[in-house]
Amino acid sequence: MTTTESPTVDNGVNVEALLGARQALTDAPEAAQFQWRATCEWVNGTHSRSVIHEFSGLGQEQQHRTAYSIDADHPEIFASADNGATPPEIALVALASCITAGVATVATHRGIQLRSVKANVRAGMDLQGILGIDGDVRNGFNGIKITYEIDSDASKADIEALVAQAQKRSAVFDAIANPTTIAVEVI
Amino acid sequence: MRVSVVVIGAGPAGLAMSSRLTAKSIDHVVLERGEVAHSWHAERWDSLRLLTPNWMRRLPGSGYTGGDPDGFSTKDETIEFLGRYQKQIDAPLLPGVTVKGVRAADPGFEVVTDQGPWECEAVVAATGGMTEPRVPELSSALPPGIRQLNALEYRNPGQIDEGEVLVVGAAASGTQIAHELQVAGRQVTIAVGGHVRLPRTYRGRDIYWWMNEIGRLEERWDEVDDIGRARLVPSPQLTGTDDRRTLDLNALIDIGVEPVAKLMAVNGRRAQFSGSFANLVAGADLKQNRLLAEIDAHVAERGLDDVFGAATRPEPTRVATAATELDVSRFSTVIWATGNRPTWPWLDPAAFDHRRRVIHDGGVGAIPGLYFLGLPFLRRRLSSFIDGIGRDSGELVEHLHAHLDQLATHRESIPGVPGLSSSVRTPEKSVARAVNQLGQR
Repeated sequence: MTTTESPTVDNGVNVEALLGARQALTDAPEAAQFQWRATCEWVNGTHSRSVIHEFSGLGQEQQHRTAYSIDADHPEIFASADNGATPPEIALVALASCITAGVATVATHRGIQLRSVKANVRAGMDLQGILGIDGDVRNGFNGIKITYEIDSDASKADIEALVAQAQKRSAVFDAIANPTTIAVEVI
Repeated sequence: MRVSVVVIGAGPAGLAMSSRLTAKSIDHVVLERGEVAHSWHAERWDSLRLLTPNWMRRLPGSGYTGGDPDGFSTKDETIEFLGRYQKQIDAPLLPGVTVKGVRAADPGFEVVTDQGPWECEAVVAATGGMTEPRVPELSSALPPGIRQLNALEYRNPGQIDEGEVLVVGAAASGTQIAHELQVAGRQVTIAVGGHVRLPRTYRGRDIYWWMNEIGRLEERWDEVDDIGRARLVPSPQLTGTDDRRTLDLNALIDIGVEPVAKLMAVNGRRAQFSGSFANLVAGADLKQNRLLAEIDAHVAERGLDDVFGAATRPEPTRVATAATELDVSRFSTVIWATGNRPTWPWLDPAAFDHRRRVIHDGGVGAIPGLYFLGLPFLRRRLSSFIDGIGRDSGELVEHLHAHLDQLATHRESIPGVPGLSSSVRTPEKSVARAVNQLGQR
């Protein structure tokens, strides 16, 4: 069982930089205040395009290396053009990619060399909710199941601990599992 | 009045330190707002027993001598033990004295009490790690018809109305209270956050016997990865009973308690619980099994597999899909077993960091001459228990003694005899007299 960082482990994660950031933000909590932003513009029908470029943190304005855009739409079975993934699918992608990033980070910190990591995400939804057919059915997922297939030399228990820790420190896991106050306004 | 050391609090920590100070002939007083073991009298539920077996119920110069070393002391037995210990060590105790302020006075301290001030060279804050319940802010969002109390206010099921109970928190107190109320006929829901699962016994021995055996309880504060986090780890899901039963979530589910994950929000009548239940129990099961694997390895290395019972691992926590939303109007009572925090409202601001947490390094405070004792993981994992307090006091008193020596060396223009400080030479009579005078008032 390897639980300490070993110099031979390279998952492409700069753990030292992250640990440095953790220390720096412990000493200067105001710099830890980040704001994530996106703009979402209607294109046509149920098709929208969101652009993600700027954010703030470390006490100043920041931006991504380049602007990213994500198209969202509904599938053809709902008579839509299907120009992109559905918004709930994008939420699931956000969840899985957040936990996966955590898996790589925690693995590096714990000296676990990863060869492959693959998450399969499944989430059920009863459309009687969003279609207003049954008021007792919620709009959102009725549950999310993620299955990880991880290839590495670590024991099964160490891999399970790794995946548990990645969930514990995941922003999107928290955002989906726990209530968040949402304010929507029109200007 | 002057004294070398003021010890604040006459629980296990204050008494242990008093014993150490007396052994070094350092004059001191022990100030106590109530009586010996005050919070054990006033702030513990009736059925409470120590989590650790009787053989671990020891303080400097006093081990367990009763006939049941593997049993668990009741609340009354613990109070009696501490009362007896105070008499045994003849602690210079001033009961019924409330400390109002402790100010650094360079050198030394001024200790203001409701019965006059003290000047001293060192202060030992031994008021314990649980002076204030850590009740979350969302408690104020609960409808007024629901009775709320915290674990320090809970006494017994007779105090709780008929009707459903929500116990928030699943450490030792939450699981014990949930169990007791469910057995008493209340329908209990328990809200579970990050928790520590442990079997009461493993391979025929108590879990603390094992943790002691493999050295886990000796892990030091300056050696663990993140001491800040280690100090916030909740108490384990354990209870001390004659039948040595395990008190984990499975045991609660068996008697009909409904577990849900952490209470995150109350909106009107809707209580919302985290969707992280599966991850919470997976994490707790993994950590439990990691400890049990360490025990197995320890046994195997020594070739003792035949000596101990079979390595039967506890069943994984049976994860029913936990509800994420409940109508709070089904509950007549909510009990906050969300932990406690130490508070020092009387202490000099220089002792705290910007988040109002005391700064200390293994019990040595930020102001020279200020010490803390009786806090979780103060110097070792064992520090959270009476046994560890005794050990910690032995190390801290050395530091304290050196501090007094240093002050004495600074103060005296005539070189003193090495090793003999003014504090040691202070006639004890004067303090004894002061204590007597106060006692007579």
